[in-house]
Amino acid sequence: MAKSAILKSSIAKKVAMALSGLFLISFLSLHFFINMVSVFSADSFNAMSHFMGYNPLIQFVMQPVLIAGVVFHFVMGMVLELKNRKARPIAYVNYNGAANASWASRNMIISGLVVLAFIGLHFYDFWVQEIVYKYVDVNSIEPTRYFEELNHKFESPIRTGLYCVAFLLLSLHLWHGFGSSFQSVGFSNKYSRFLQKVGYAFAIVVPFGFIFIALFHHFNQI
Amino acid sequence: MKLTLQIWRQKDAKAAGKIVEYPLDGIEGDMSFLEMLDVLNEQLINKGDEPVSFDHDCREGICGTCSLFINGEAHGPDRGIPTCQLHMRMFKDGDTIFIEPFRAAAFPVIKDLVVDRSAFDRIQHAGGFVSVNTSGNPVDANTIPIPKHDADRAFDAATCIGCGACVATCKNSSAMLFVAAKVSQYALLPQGRVEAADRVLNMVKQMDAEGFGNCTNTGACEVECPKGISLENIARMNREYLSASMKG
Repeated sequence: MAKSAILKSSIAKKVAMALSGLFLISFLSLHFFINMVSVFSADSFNAMSHFMGYNPLIQFVMQPVLIAGVVFHFVMGMVLELKNRKARPIAYVNYNGAANASWASRNMIISGLVVLAFIGLHFYDFWVQEIVYKYVDVNSIEPTRYFEELNHKFESPIRTGLYCVAFLLLSLHLWHGFGSSFQSVGFSNKYSRFLQKVGYAFAIVVPFGFIFIALFHHFNQI
Repeated sequence: MKLTLQIWRQKDAKAAGKIVEYPLDGIEGDMSFLEMLDVLNEQLINKGDEPVSFDHDCREGICGTCSLFINGEAHGPDRGIPTCQLHMRMFKDGDTIFIEPFRAAAFPVIKDLVVDRSAFDRIQHAGGFVSVNTSGNPVDANTIPIPKHDADRAFDAATCIGCGACVATCKNSSAMLFVAAKVSQYALLPQGRVEAADRVLNMVKQMDAEGFGNCTNTGACEVECPKGISLENIARMNREYLSASMKG
């Protein structure tokens, strides 16, 4: 069979979704670690943020790769969603989805779109302003500004609330997505059940950790 | 038992269907679901009305012919059974029961509750043949050593009766559990390894061509499958497909 046909197959798309998802999970872990540092040490957080902001490998290689990863995961998710909707043109009058599958697994498109909207806000909040700071206004290098900027963002209760809601949806997305990724790439053995539990733990610890960080900085300023 | 049935009626493949309400009395808990429909049909025929068409054959839970989407679930609210093994004791007096055909673009409705599931046949045909020794001195299959757990898994996969409940219940109308079972039943055995790569590539290609949706691992198929075909078969098919793709 032609390679192009294989790449267009439903399984190739499924594997692509899984691998891009796992890549985003690895990024999320790093992001979580750095943010958690901000709770304990402003200096360390500044040092890490400065490294991430000015290291050329991260800025000019990893950052574009990350953006491409997000865009790819989103576009492929939408392609699959549209294909799946086409696969049942006449809906059931009575469909009891809750009888056999979790809400999280049935509504990845909803949790995913909420997380995407959040990423838009997050880009506007941090990434766009960082680009403006560095390349439009061409400000001098200020390695200790990051902790203050972070605090400033979490002053608003509305923004902090939006962040928390998005993290709840991220938790649901990860609840299904983490274990599902391994199933998609064909991982099924005696460790599968353990890995599923690791996925559930990740889906709770990381998003709720982010919620804690947001609330910590918000209430620290009141 | 007195019931209100809400049944999908559709004259033929081209007609627009709709839900029609039928009150039904005198149903006993020991009747099977299909016997309950038989009672309804007798009444409809006696009145000169068109009986409700539905698929059935062995009524012993082994042929995979019966279907029906009952109260929002493939094969109804019970587990590990096709519709013919569903009994009316699962319902109570006064219940309203929705009965719809299995829904998928790849399973077009032929009439009322009867759908065309020949897409499954074409997927199986695409899987091709299994090489056998025709030299005149064939080796008895029992002399080929096969690990017990592989034999068990192959047998479990082979219990798939191809009813289509996996497609019907999947929110994406994906056929991956069915195809994975058919891939696995051969892939796990030495006789099936000979054409394993071609088999998985061709079956998945046909599955996609039939217009089934894509699996998102919700696990609904495994829950509704009358034979309890496991999701591990889908993981195996994904592995088989990836490894076959590498070989080209």
